[in-house]
Amino acid sequence: MIAFVVDSQSGVPPYLQLVQQVRQALRLGRLRVGDQLPTVKEVVARVAINPNTVLKAYRELERDQLVQGRPGQGTFVVQGLSGPGPDVFRELAHDLASWVQRARAAGLDDEGIQGLMDGAMRPADQAGVA
Amino acid sequence: MTGGSSAQTAAVEAVGLTKSFKSTVALRDCTITVPEGRICALVGPNGSGKTTLLRCLAGLARPSAGVVNVLGHAPGQDHEFLANVSFLAQDVPLWKRLTAKDHIAIGARLNPRWDTTGARHRLAQLEIPADKPVGTLSGGQRAQVGLALALAKKPKLLLLDEPLAALDPLARRHFLGVLAEDVSEGGLTVLISSHLITELHRVSDYLVLLAASRTQLCADVDDIIGSHRLVKCPGGGGERVPAGVKVVNSFRSARETTMLVRAGAASFEPECEVHSVGLEEIVLGYMSQGAPADLRLLHAQGGEG
Repeated sequence: MIAFVVDSQSGVPPYLQLVQQVRQALRLGRLRVGDQLPTVKEVVARVAINPNTVLKAYRELERDQLVQGRPGQGTFVVQGLSGPGPDVFRELAHDLASWVQRARAAGLDDEGIQGLMDGAMRPADQAGVA
Repeated sequence: MTGGSSAQTAAVEAVGLTKSFKSTVALRDCTITVPEGRICALVGPNGSGKTTLLRCLAGLARPSAGVVNVLGHAPGQDHEFLANVSFLAQDVPLWKRLTAKDHIAIGARLNPRWDTTGARHRLAQLEIPADKPVGTLSGGQRAQVGLALALAKKPKLLLLDEPLAALDPLARRHFLGVLAEDVSEGGLTVLISSHLITELHRVSDYLVLLAASRTQLCADVDDIIGSHRLVKCPGGGGERVPAGVKVVNSFRSARETTMLVRAGAASFEPECEVHSVGLEEIVLGYMSQGAPADLRLLHAQGGEG
């Protein structure tokens, strides 16, 4: 079962952190259709957040039709995210990790790496303009 | 908007609550509403009246003026009221020579609803020795015993006075986790006073801020964050505050004025910068009202080079 973490310093609202973690787990195949999400009680006991925060996150996931709450049973994944399959993600993640390793080995610090990432992530039509 | 699922009924309602002790006024004309099912953070500087408020709600202090309503009743010492309210004082008053098991057994005799199994299970889960005198336990363990007893009573309202002060970060996390878990089962409202705003922010969805014996804020946490902004205007432009904007606090330098404002930040002139602002900064902004100008909004200034 997915284990949530909440970083109170991140600036991202806690409910959104939960939503993002579920989405990412779906992308990476760590969560699949039919899997159950932890109950509100389990989440709040583990990460010490407000129960309404978890409810809000689950409602948003339900609205996106990714999960479904079944009374008396729990909340279940009913749909994956469209997009490339988990294998593609794993391969990309692997490539990126080895790229970061090379950048570090070349002496780049995190700020330098982030700068390169931001540049590379600029929409194609803007690339090279700035 | 907010995650509140039960915003209709108030667990706590105080109107014009005033409490004075001889020459000092601890609470002045406080109006507070806390909806049922919330975890409400109670914050404010030392001496702002937090403990007095909790004691008034617990029926341990009688208001000098105003009306207090807790779970639909005036707080008092009658059985029905006391059965529904748990109050954990800051010093966690336990019998030092008795064990946690003894305390649980005593509670079972004194209270109409008492969850012996739940309390024992909770302490076992946290690996707190139930058969050692509580005087030999650590501060964090004693706080957990106090919380376990307060929850074993199955209260509808739980009042906690500075329960986190003596705890290390891990013990705090466990304490708040246990608290949130009980609230998630429904039927429980919590008021928790603390200076640890970041920790409270994780777990609470409602906030009451007392300063100078008065209620400064009493609202849903998301609404509080949504309605406050930090506005920086060039020059001494603080005077040109648009109508309808409430300035909580301001800091002026020769070149710019920084203001914490409530509502209506969009109506400032375009040359003013508007930033969103976190709960801690908002609370500090209210708490430093009336502080010397050079101590105000230090946080707000921090991000600027």
